[in-house]
Amino acid sequence: MSQVVNTKRVQRESSGPYGKLGQSLNELDDRLGIAKGGRTFLDKIFPDHWSFMLGEIALYSFVVVLATGIFLTLYYVPSQDLTTYTGSYLPLYGQKVTEAFASTVNLSFAVRAGLLMRQMHHWSCDIFIGAIIVHMGRVFFTGAFRKPRETNWVIGTTMLILAIGNGFLGYSLPDDLVSGTGIRIADSIILSIPVVGSYASFLLFGGNFPGTSIIPRFFILHVLIIPLVILGLVGAHMGLLVRQKHTQFPGKGKTENNVVGSPMFPVFMAKTTGFMFVVAGFTALLGAFAQINPIWQFGPYTASRISYAVQPDWYMGFLDGLLRIFPAWSFHSFGYTIPLEVTIPAVIFPGILFNLVMAWPTIERKFTKDNEMHNLLDRPSNRPKRTSAGVSVAVLLAMLHIASSTDVIANFFHLTLNTVLWSMRILCIVLPIISYPITYKICREMQGFAGAGKRKTTNVVSRTTEGEYLAAPAPAYVDDMVHEHEHDALPVPTYVLEGEAEAAESGGVRRIPR
Amino acid sequence: MSENEHRTPVQLGTVSADDPRLQPAARHPEQVEKVIAVTFLAGIVLIAGFGACYWVNAAPWALGATFGGGLFLMGIGLIAWGKYLMPRGPFVEERHPLASAPAERDAFAAAIVQRGGGVIKRRKFLGGLLGAGMGIFGVVAAFPLVRSLGPLPKGTLFHTDWAKGTFLVDITGRRVHSDDLAIGSIMTVYPEGLQDTDNGQAVDQTVLIRISNEDFVTQKGRETWGPQGYVAYSKLCTHLGCPVGLYEQQLQLLVCPCHQSMFDVTNGCIPKFGPAPRPLPQLPLQFDAAGYLQSQSDFNQPVGPGFWERH
Repeated sequence: MSQVVNTKRVQRESSGPYGKLGQSLNELDDRLGIAKGGRTFLDKIFPDHWSFMLGEIALYSFVVVLATGIFLTLYYVPSQDLTTYTGSYLPLYGQKVTEAFASTVNLSFAVRAGLLMRQMHHWSCDIFIGAIIVHMGRVFFTGAFRKPRETNWVIGTTMLILAIGNGFLGYSLPDDLVSGTGIRIADSIILSIPVVGSYASFLLFGGNFPGTSIIPRFFILHVLIIPLVILGLVGAHMGLLVRQKHTQFPGKGKTENNVVGSPMFPVFMAKTTGFMFVVAGFTALLGAFAQINPIWQFGPYTASRISYAVQPDWYMGFLDGLLRIFPAWSFHSFGYTIPLEVTIPAVIFPGILFNLVMAWPTIERKFTKDNEMHNLLDRPSNRPKRTSAGVSVAVLLAMLHIASSTDVIANFFHLTLNTVLWSMRILCIVLPIISYPITYKICREMQGFAGAGKRKTTNVVSRTTEGEYLAAPAPAYVDDMVHEHEHDALPVPTYVLEGEAEAAESGGVRRIPR
Repeated sequence: MSENEHRTPVQLGTVSADDPRLQPAARHPEQVEKVIAVTFLAGIVLIAGFGACYWVNAAPWALGATFGGGLFLMGIGLIAWGKYLMPRGPFVEERHPLASAPAERDAFAAAIVQRGGGVIKRRKFLGGLLGAGMGIFGVVAAFPLVRSLGPLPKGTLFHTDWAKGTFLVDITGRRVHSDDLAIGSIMTVYPEGLQDTDNGQAVDQTVLIRISNEDFVTQKGRETWGPQGYVAYSKLCTHLGCPVGLYEQQLQLLVCPCHQSMFDVTNGCIPKFGPAPRPLPQLPLQFDAAGYLQSQSDFNQPVGPGFWERH
């Protein structure tokens, strides 16, 4: 009678100190055993350096590509059957066009938010590939690909190749005049492969170019097969990242055996989710204000028509540039032809390039004989040979990219095409070669200035009781206390001329010639 | 604690509740909170604005501006929240070696080499048969995947639909008469009846140029190919198959807009500039009794880009 049971209080007590949510978590842990792993996951530390954000741009633009792409598949018709366009864009009214072209124009003009989604899709694809390349640059120049992360470097490069390929396929799907010309060029490149080229072309196109199979085939590759592979590789990329943990730049408290930064929950989760919104929002703003690929202005693909100043999407530029400036070397012998003017720039060159990139961790290990685990990153200037090699390749690709607009350059600067062509040929060979020693020299110079870029410290002048004045440098700022690799530090060049060596040492002065 | 010690990273599990590393990074969190709140509010307004724009079917730029602007502001707010109002850290996590203990490695290798290897070594013949079966399956399974995709090229890359007596027609299907083109004019022609077809468009496309009033000889051995100054060349660039669509009348060059190959119209369209290695194949022309243009035969060479089997 006197015992009044407060049921509410009993419930609260039985649910433990973490309330209803804690109770649900316990229920989950009873069944899945997630408490230990989940805690480790929430405590996972992410380095705070800005350059680790580049990969996130790639990841989140991929999310935007997927989301907007799903929207587009609801309206796009992957068919080369002819239809009469009767939509709202009057200049095309009544023209015979393919279903693919008509549906792309219709989803741009007749479907609400369709044009926005299409432009976001195209923009986020361009950003995706750009972000992958910049992220790769970060990983390359800081040596993040070294043991144990070689596999993730190869996975990343594979994703880049797949992304470029899928970008080309998607660019082709509207079946407009410019992209149709692109498919024609792709067919010619396939034809140029020795021995099997013509068979490969006929099997891919289901007969002679253009046939009626290529758009449906590109479609299924573009929306199902390649995205699925990329998605799987993204999973593997992230999985390896979690398993092997992040690399980090050397700095206070940072060693080969730890990771310093912010925890997954809540700090990194908030920042990265916010960043996903920023990437998506930025893409939407581009889709709103920067027109991209206005196919209704190009018109439908007709094999005998062509437009002036036709260029592929930016990531194909280096291939197009090399095709333009490569000499007309065709090889004929024994009744067979190897169209070297196409095979070398469009098949052999990208083949060598991507194989070289994939094999780079192995190649570098061959030279350095370095089989250690590396979790601390290099400063690019501390690895001058690698940095110079990377800069050379980057300069070559940039020059080839510029070479893909020889006609536009000639028009714009009122030069003859011949001048532009030969300048490009020379620059594409000379600039990558001279950029190696220049980069090397810059790297060595930067090594010479220990503490370059750091704030200057004051000298503290003090007077002893005997009246003697002493000057001692004040301690460095906390942020600048960076401990470079202790175990594999490179010898710092002293830049002391031979004759001066003795005098310089005795005087305790290091001279740096300018 | 000095400023210096605060910067020393600690492990999350060991940090006490009143540790400054668990405090927000901002000096005045209340003010930052207000700024973030305003950012979020503006974001919400824009996102709601997107709904309104969608409802009234506004212009694409308005849809994108509200949608993108809203997401952007929400994102900025969330990043600022994470950066300024959440534990400032730094925190540290130990990195345990990936490699297992030597005993475990040995046990793992032993399991594969001794147990598995023993089984396979003892039954080499069975293993070989299994391998052969899988290998043959792999090859055979590729047949329908690859071979069903399309026909083999056979000789199709060597021939077009042009033949003796085929009339030249324009894109509308109208035959071309000897009076149709003025000197220095160009038109794209197709074999009669094929102007609307894929093959007619992609393979047979031909440029017809009138160079003069007289019969025109572009190269030795082609004396009868250019009656009354009409000459015809394949429109497929020999570099990568783009239509050679630009005619530079003053210099008598055909120019490909894709990679700027240039061909000399008066001299059998041999390449004068750019990456194309071969001349454009020429189509021998003749007039029928009524003065309409016909082809004498197919092109003198396979049209389009190079390929292995080409002589």
